[in-house]
Amino acid sequence: MADPTNQPLLQVENLSVSYVTPTGTVHALKKVSFELGREKLGIVGESGSGKSTLGRAILKLIPRPGEVSAGRMTFMGQDLLAMSKIQMRRVRGKQITMILQDPKFSLNPVMRAGDQILEALSIHGRIGRREGRNRVMEILKAVRIRDPHRVYNAYVHELSGGMGQRVMTAMMVVTNPMLLIADEPTSALDVTVRMQVLAIIDDLVTQRGMGLIFISHDLNLVGSFCDRILIMYGGRIVESCRAADLNKVTHPYSRGLLDSLPSIEHPKPVLATLKRDPAWLEAP
Amino acid sequence: MAAAEPAKVLEVRNLHVVFGIGQHRVHAVRGVSFAVDKGECFGIVGESGSGKTTILRALCGLSPNWEGEILIDGRPAPRQPDRAFCRMVQIVFQDPYGSLHPRQTVDRCLREPLEIQDIGDRDRRITDTLQAVGLDKSFRFRYPHQLSGGQRQRVGIARALMLEPKLLFLDEPTSALDVSVQAEILNLLVRLRKERGFTYVLVTHDLSIISHMCDRLIVMNVGRVVEAMQVTALRDRTPENPYTQQLLQASLGYDRAAVERYQTFD
Repeated sequence: MADPTNQPLLQVENLSVSYVTPTGTVHALKKVSFELGREKLGIVGESGSGKSTLGRAILKLIPRPGEVSAGRMTFMGQDLLAMSKIQMRRVRGKQITMILQDPKFSLNPVMRAGDQILEALSIHGRIGRREGRNRVMEILKAVRIRDPHRVYNAYVHELSGGMGQRVMTAMMVVTNPMLLIADEPTSALDVTVRMQVLAIIDDLVTQRGMGLIFISHDLNLVGSFCDRILIMYGGRIVESCRAADLNKVTHPYSRGLLDSLPSIEHPKPVLATLKRDPAWLEAP
Repeated sequence: MAAAEPAKVLEVRNLHVVFGIGQHRVHAVRGVSFAVDKGECFGIVGESGSGKTTILRALCGLSPNWEGEILIDGRPAPRQPDRAFCRMVQIVFQDPYGSLHPRQTVDRCLREPLEIQDIGDRDRRITDTLQAVGLDKSFRFRYPHQLSGGQRQRVGIARALMLEPKLLFLDEPTSALDVSVQAEILNLLVRLRKERGFTYVLVTHDLSIISHMCDRLIVMNVGRVVEAMQVTALRDRTPENPYTQQLLQASLGYDRAAVERYQTFD
């Protein structure tokens, strides 16, 4: 829930991302505005809706020829837009961190898991070897790894998907960030492991008073996990709602997404399919 | 029950699949038995490593090192798929991006099984099948990279339909697709089964797809069947096995308190 006494953690106004290509300009994000407090904010959309681009744009990780423009993008009073690359590097990985989808591809395959976490620590502040190692052991325990010594010395291919995702989560919270962006953190995991990893993220975010941006394509999951939801289509936020009110959404795209989901308890003979209306790309 | 018992299209008895030797030996499937009635949709559910895809691969001859008994339409399944087997059984693969040849057009892909089986009237069969999966003629000479994920999966289904099989294996047919596209593919599979009387064996980790498509299912964990049940038990949330109960609970959404009660099943 947003804390009314404090400023929001993150304020974004009219954020756009476009790519100029030989065949025309592609608008990946179109004037997206939202605020984030110390809450779990879900961003839902299908592939190509711009949800991952949004997460990356906040960290200024849009590669050329991509162009980012925004009326405003502030994080805890700091103007992210005005920051130089060097200043941004101090924010990235320290104050704002990002959990990526698949630990197999996003962790370093030739570096021990513990050393990667230690690297995240030592980049953002001088830390002694022993103290650093202790901090890593602590954070590995905090993500409920039962045998932190083994995992510290393991390479990614020696860890299961769930373990790998715990290591990445540990790496992203070890610097005590204020904002965690999780881009499909659990879509490569089995359902029960997924719930366990989510519980770890949930506890860390709640205990440390962080903000969480949870990017996912899974409506039911976001509805049960987050506090608030933004639904994206074609680079725009078409609707936002409280997670508890997910079933009351009104935009035809949101309704279409919900209706196209098969249900365990209430199966329908035929699933509704989405009729995409070009007007959704323009007006709200 | 004796006279009215429906014909079994597929019977699997005490199936074992082992990979590797010595310390690398993996017993992937450990004594699995089930039978599939003609015309039903039979689900196999499990998490990764449960052996569900391995069963499917053994059933269609892609993994010849199995022990046990596999009867398809009352006849023992061959170790290596032969031409008669391919006309009876076809498979739709998980990944529409990886399962189509990138340098072959849709037409080439659909024509190949007809050529192998020496079936005539090929042009008509190709256009009819494309139409049946909801693709018009303009898709016939396209390459896979010119198709969206949903269109590719339609081509994958069309390829499986070319030989008019009776039994179709579906290996996670929609897990690589967006939910709205998933709905279209599931509707297509339901419609085809209704129109052509196919028998489906559907492998997935997603219980909501099972509930939508299937009549009966088995739940697998580390190579064994932990529970065989009617889909109604799933819908009413009344599975008997604790593993199935936990899987069902996790599939219904995030519940912080329930995560504490999770157990490990081996």
